[in-house]
Amino acid sequence: MSLQKVTCVVCPRGCQMEVDAEAGTVVGASCPRGRAHGLAEATNPTRTLTTTVRIVDASGEFVDMAPVRTAAPIPKGKIFDAMKTIKALRVQKPIRRGDALVKNILDTGVDVVATRDFP
Amino acid sequence: MSDVDAVANADAILWDVVVVGGGPAGLAAAIAAYDDGAKKVLVVEREKELGGILNQCVHNGFGLRRFQEELTGPEYAGRFIDELSKREIAVELEATVLDVGQAEDPAAPTVVRFVSPTRGFKEVRSKTVVLATGCRERPRGAIGAPGDRPSGVFTAGAAQKYVNREGEMIGRKVVILGSGDIGLIMARRLTLEGAKVLAVVELMPYSNGLTRNIVQCLQDFDIPLYLSHTVTRVVGKRRVEKIVVSKVDEKRAPIPGTEIEFDCDTLLLSVGLIPENEVARGAGVELDRRTKGPIVTQNRETTIPNVFSCGNALHVHDLVDFVSEEAEIAGRAAAARALGKSSVPKNLVEATNGARVNYVAPQKIDLDALDDETAFFLRVSNVFQDKKLVVKCGDETIKEIKRRRVAPAEMERVTLSRDALLAARGRKIVVSLED
Ligand SMILES: Cc1cc2nc3c(=O)[nH]c(=O)nc-3n(C[C@H](O)[C@H](O)[C@H](O)COP(=O)(O)OP(=O)(O)OC[C@H]3O[C@@H](n4cnc5c(N)ncnc54)[C@H](O)[C@@H]3O)c2cc1C
Ligand code: SF4
Repeated sequence: MSLQKVTCVVCPRGCQMEVDAEAGTVVGASCPRGRAHGLAEATNPTRTLTTTVRIVDASGEFVDMAPVRTAAPIPKGKIFDAMKTIKALRVQKPIRRGDALVKNILDTGVDVVATRDFP
Repeated sequence: MSDVDAVANADAILWDVVVVGGGPAGLAAAIAAYDDGAKKVLVVEREKELGGILNQCVHNGFGLRRFQEELTGPEYAGRFIDELSKREIAVELEATVLDVGQAEDPAAPTVVRFVSPTRGFKEVRSKTVVLATGCRERPRGAIGAPGDRPSGVFTAGAAQKYVNREGEMIGRKVVILGSGDIGLIMARRLTLEGAKVLAVVELMPYSNGLTRNIVQCLQDFDIPLYLSHTVTRVVGKRRVEKIVVSKVDEKRAPIPGTEIEFDCDTLLLSVGLIPENEVARGAGVELDRRTKGPIVTQNRETTIPNVFSCGNALHVHDLVDFVSEEAEIAGRAAAARALGKSSVPKNLVEATNGARVNYVAPQKIDLDALDDETAFFLRVSNVFQDKKLVVKCGDETIKEIKRRRVAPAEMERVTLSRDALLAARGRKIVVSLED
């Protein structure tokens, strides 16, 4: 018996669910999308990470901050490690929206991409 | 853009539409005006870049309604900036609009004055103006917490700008007052950057933020949310050293003896937004004391003819998708006026808020410029369950919509048909929330 409480965030109703991951049962969800979300949260919760990367010039001086995101959600437990990698990163212009600034972060198979152009 | 840009220097040019502000509202208004036939469109933006507040909103959650995709703020803005640059729309950056005035010339009824480092002081003539100046945060004074006045107190939006645009960290141990979405987003952002967020404190018995943000910004990081609490003292000589928080009673008055002390170096205030309307006020535009934005028709025309308003300058929106939608209405209406396809409103019906509703926008209906459907935006005064939104015209109920749950943080939308509005001539439309 390992019941997990999960608040559904798929829509604003915010149903309170109780999920038994082993048995695969969800109590309290009002729709199939919520049920799927409840199961995912109890077994392998994932998050899209959004943060910023320092843009520097050729001499390493700070120029701007590039907003970035993981191109897809990554395991929630890897968020802080991913932050460490991204914070240590320095990039130079030009940057185009969608450019992968980190490939396959922490072997998740997911890239970290720029969300804005810096010509 | 370059051809029109050169033209922007020629003082002789008569613009069809001058848009004040290049945030999501200004961008969408300019594009819509251009696409509806106004070919001389100028956007005047104070900052070095287009995109407005979205440039600092690096998190995702934008655009679900419009693009059925979860975009970050810069991605959402980027899509509109790309669209803008495909068109011959002129842009002035680092240009602050000082005022908008009316001119004697019926062909060029408005003038816009701005200053910029490259152009100096400049006055341009236009057939119409769209005010899209966004909103600003309620400042520290608004909370009136007694105590010292040390450094380390920031509004949440200013903190967001320091961290996300300038790469500056603002503190190590943080208390946040206000649990609206901006406060919640900042709690997560500062945590990811290595700060410890000790508490998010909310005066009301409920959070104004989305459930999703409560879960993913607070619960994910075990940040406690103190509902029905407020900051009652700020302690610190040079820098914040301690924040005292107390429980409040039903009248929102602090209860003595309930104090909790937090040793911290930073206090963030996320206590609400107010439409930015310095320019509108200067132009003589009549403001609504409820929305704090201009009183407008359904086409977003203010009480000064040929001057339109949209986005957060008009009323504070929680979803940028609605900002874009509204700005397109204003942009199209400005284009229609500039091209001589519409005239200054004459036959107006008033719309206003009734019981349990805080405001309704638009506040006026121009009966000669009706679309098939007209959307009204409104905010309720409290959290309620199982009520209905009722639209009345005089004594007659013209629409009822059931709502399972409503909250002040979630803007409601009600549409009325052309026929319903035409039938309201000579009467007033009142929207209320009833049992
Ligand atoms: C801190 C913050 C966080 C937010 N987070 C979210 C979110 O997570 N999700 C969401 O959907 N919405 C969010 N919003 C709301 C959304 O971003 C806004 O609804 C949207 O940006 C409003 O667009 P706007 O164009 O009306 O205003 P803004 O984006 O504020 O743009 C106004 C522009 O006008 C310019 N301007 C002002 N005065 C002048 C002048 N006199 N002369 C020239 N230019 C001028 C400003 O520089 C600015 O660029 C947030 C808003 C804020 C303030
Ligand atoms: S379970 Fe379904 S209805 Fe309930 S919050 Fe989730 S998505 Fe919404």
